[in-house]
Amino acid sequence: MSYTLDQRQLDRIEDILKADLVDNGVRCVFLIDMAGNIITHLDNGEKQHDIYSLAALAAGNFGAVSAMAKIIGENEFSLLFHKGKKENIHFNKISSEFLLITIFGNEISLGFLRMKVAESVEQLKEVLAPLVPATDG
Amino acid sequence: MAFINLKNKIIQVKIVYYGPGRGGKTTNLEYIHRRFQERIHAEMVTVKTHGDRTLFFDFLPFDIGLIHGYRIKVQLYTVPGQPKYNATRKLVLRGVDGIVFVADSMAICRESNMQSLKNLQENLAAYRKSLESVPWVLQYNKIDLAEQGIPVLSVEQLERDLNRGYGRPSFPASALKGVNVAATLKKILSLAVTSIRDEMM
Repeated sequence: MSYTLDQRQLDRIEDILKADLVDNGVRCVFLIDMAGNIITHLDNGEKQHDIYSLAALAAGNFGAVSAMAKIIGENEFSLLFHKGKKENIHFNKISSEFLLITIFGNEISLGFLRMKVAESVEQLKEVLAPLVPATDG
Repeated sequence: MAFINLKNKIIQVKIVYYGPGRGGKTTNLEYIHRRFQERIHAEMVTVKTHGDRTLFFDFLPFDIGLIHGYRIKVQLYTVPGQPKYNATRKLVLRGVDGIVFVADSMAICRESNMQSLKNLQENLAAYRKSLESVPWVLQYNKIDLAEQGIPVLSVEQLERDLNRGYGRPSFPASALKGVNVAATLKKILSLAVTSIRDEMM
């Protein structure tokens, strides 16, 4: 089961991520699917990360935490946040298939970031809704 | 679940190396990483236990060039082979486009090979997939141990145990020495890419 995004859809996704997140000071943002594929990736040009490895680990990490949630009787933990000294990572589930990951520094408050991420997620849901694969668990 | 990016003309393909614990899945990836160093620029990511066993997965991304005008980005994963890590094995299988089942040819591993294949079938079912529907190949690893007098299963026996009813391509191999590692990878990539292309048509 494969799925496809065309130029128009990808441009729309990039516009949303740029306006809501990159232009508001986020260092790096990427949209991935739960298999670990990168759908789109934007950054402010300051740092280059190994995004393919990051996506693979992020999808695995999110999957592991979701499995933990089920064990304690929660359906899911829809967002995760890892705090570092200079860099922080925020994960937000968009649907059963897609995940938004943001890397940001200490100059942005977590509350502001969460608000901006939530706004992006609402818009991304509309773009991604037509292609949620029905046959891939 | 390959992702096809029409804007940048990129297809991302996920290949998972599956099989019993200590069968040589990680060794396959390590060999590929060494052998194709000039083409694989990324580092291999491993999530290991203190005892150096795979805890979550190993991950190796690389580019295999253009096919029908699309850049193919391959992502190789292994799973932890030990029975107790089934939850993580299942997670890694999510969205898989092709599987290499690495069986251990040592005679003492006969049962664990068959159990692992059964476990693979069960885990695929969770994603509404099956060994009948997903591209996969077999690798009979450690075949060279016979030279050291260690009892190994014959290829015929391994075929009967693991490939009966499936008739998938299979490769006697030595992941440590690199025998048939590239051939196995080439075959699964060709099957996975063909399957994705057929879906796109």
